[in-house]
Amino acid sequence: MDLPRTIKYEADRVAGFGKEVMSVPGCENLQSCIQCGTCSGVCPLSIYMDYSPRQVMALTRSDFKNEVLRSHTIWLCASCYACTVECPRQIRITDIMYELKQRAIHDGIYPKKFPIPVLAKEFYKMAHKQGRVTDNWLATWMFLKTNWRAALGMWRLGLGLIKRGRFSFTYDSIRQKDQLARMMQTVDNLSIDALTDAKPKRKASH
Amino acid sequence: MIMKYSYFPGCSLKGTGRSYEESLLPVFKALGVEMEELDDWNCCGATAYMAVDEVKACVMASRNLALAERLGHAELLAPCSACYLVLNKTKHYLHDSASVRGVVGQALQQADLSYSGNVPVRHPLDVLINEVGLDEVKKRVRHPLKGLKVAPYYGCQIVRPYATFDDQYNPTTLDRLVEALGGSVVRFPLKTRCCGGSLTGTLPEPGLLCSYIILKEALARGANVIATLCPLCQFNLDGYHDKITRKWDPVRIPTVYFSQLMGLAFGLSEKEMGLHRHFIEMPALAASAAA
Repeated sequence: MDLPRTIKYEADRVAGFGKEVMSVPGCENLQSCIQCGTCSGVCPLSIYMDYSPRQVMALTRSDFKNEVLRSHTIWLCASCYACTVECPRQIRITDIMYELKQRAIHDGIYPKKFPIPVLAKEFYKMAHKQGRVTDNWLATWMFLKTNWRAALGMWRLGLGLIKRGRFSFTYDSIRQKDQLARMMQTVDNLSIDALTDAKPKRKASH
Repeated sequence: MIMKYSYFPGCSLKGTGRSYEESLLPVFKALGVEMEELDDWNCCGATAYMAVDEVKACVMASRNLALAERLGHAELLAPCSACYLVLNKTKHYLHDSASVRGVVGQALQQADLSYSGNVPVRHPLDVLINEVGLDEVKKRVRHPLKGLKVAPYYGCQIVRPYATFDDQYNPTTLDRLVEALGGSVVRFPLKTRCCGGSLTGTLPEPGLLCSYIILKEALARGANVIATLCPLCQFNLDGYHDKITRKWDPVRIPTVYFSQLMGLAFGLSEKEMGLHRHFIEMPALAASAAA
């Protein structure tokens, strides 16, 4: 029987994680979180989360890296920014969620077969390759990579889109794909040091 | 008076949200607003992209800002809420962070582009209310939307986190527009609640619940149509009725773009406004309305 431990020990922490997150522009105010729970209260998705947004703020600040990066919470955030505008300490909670998502993808430790990070990665790949995103193909790829049975459940929607002339059969793309590729290569080539202020963790991967 | 803007359609307005563009362009043209599409624009770097790499998302957005600067019109129109947010967010990052500015500058250089930071990104609704003016809109109304009870639904990203042209908690620009078109507005406290975003496709239970709550509340408030200004909101509130009915209960109410309501009021046909592309049909308008 698998009995998950419900109490975290100090030894579970990854020293320096909280500081690292708080050094990213936009995430600085996390330091001043008063744990009031306003974010959890206004979040339309907190009812489905394993850790509430308030808990994610506390865990992040206290270096519980593995817990937050493996949480469902960061992926359930639909970026509606309700928490960000309501926070009495002006913490940009949505941006912190983005920062945590990026780190989870970078470290490859998001919940497996979880469709949201897969969608994010497919979106990213398509935007790079084509310069634009063709939404119906993006959804198709995501389903094939996560749960093809769910794709079968979408046939009615797909057919409806085709019937109403809303389905694109080909990929939309830009003309100057090579130009965009050069721009992205430039970003990849910039050293980590030049960016410490912007993104301390960035490496030329993905 | 002719006003000229650069226009950033974004991927949705060329894809599943094409009825937004189909209705917006002729309606703005009728009002004397010219929208010139950016040549070879790319994905804005939206929500899902930001989750993978935020700096690159800024670079994607900046290429569009630079293209707009090169095109030369003073301002850029972005009708999709996600594009509108990402383009504005990028402007904030460029303004606040020297290192982001540095990376973006170097990347743009590779494309012989540059961006000085001086292209305001505006939403068409903002331009309608604050530049064109509702008096001009009223002058063009041929078929007032009598009998239409509209739930004005703004969604999240148009007023959060940057409330640039409307109130963050109780926006009213869309309400005022609907009234100028002759429709009536129902009190709709969920006007800025999240529709579920891309979760409707990835995790149906939480995603669709968000949409269901909005549809149900609109009906409970006596609305017979929901007006929106975001392609993802329109998709979520219109495309999943069969799934929502199976899970909870039927909440059949159409969701249309504000530009489509404008077109109908201006005397353009449902077909011209792309309404045949939606899953749930518009209610019949009162006798004087468009055939």
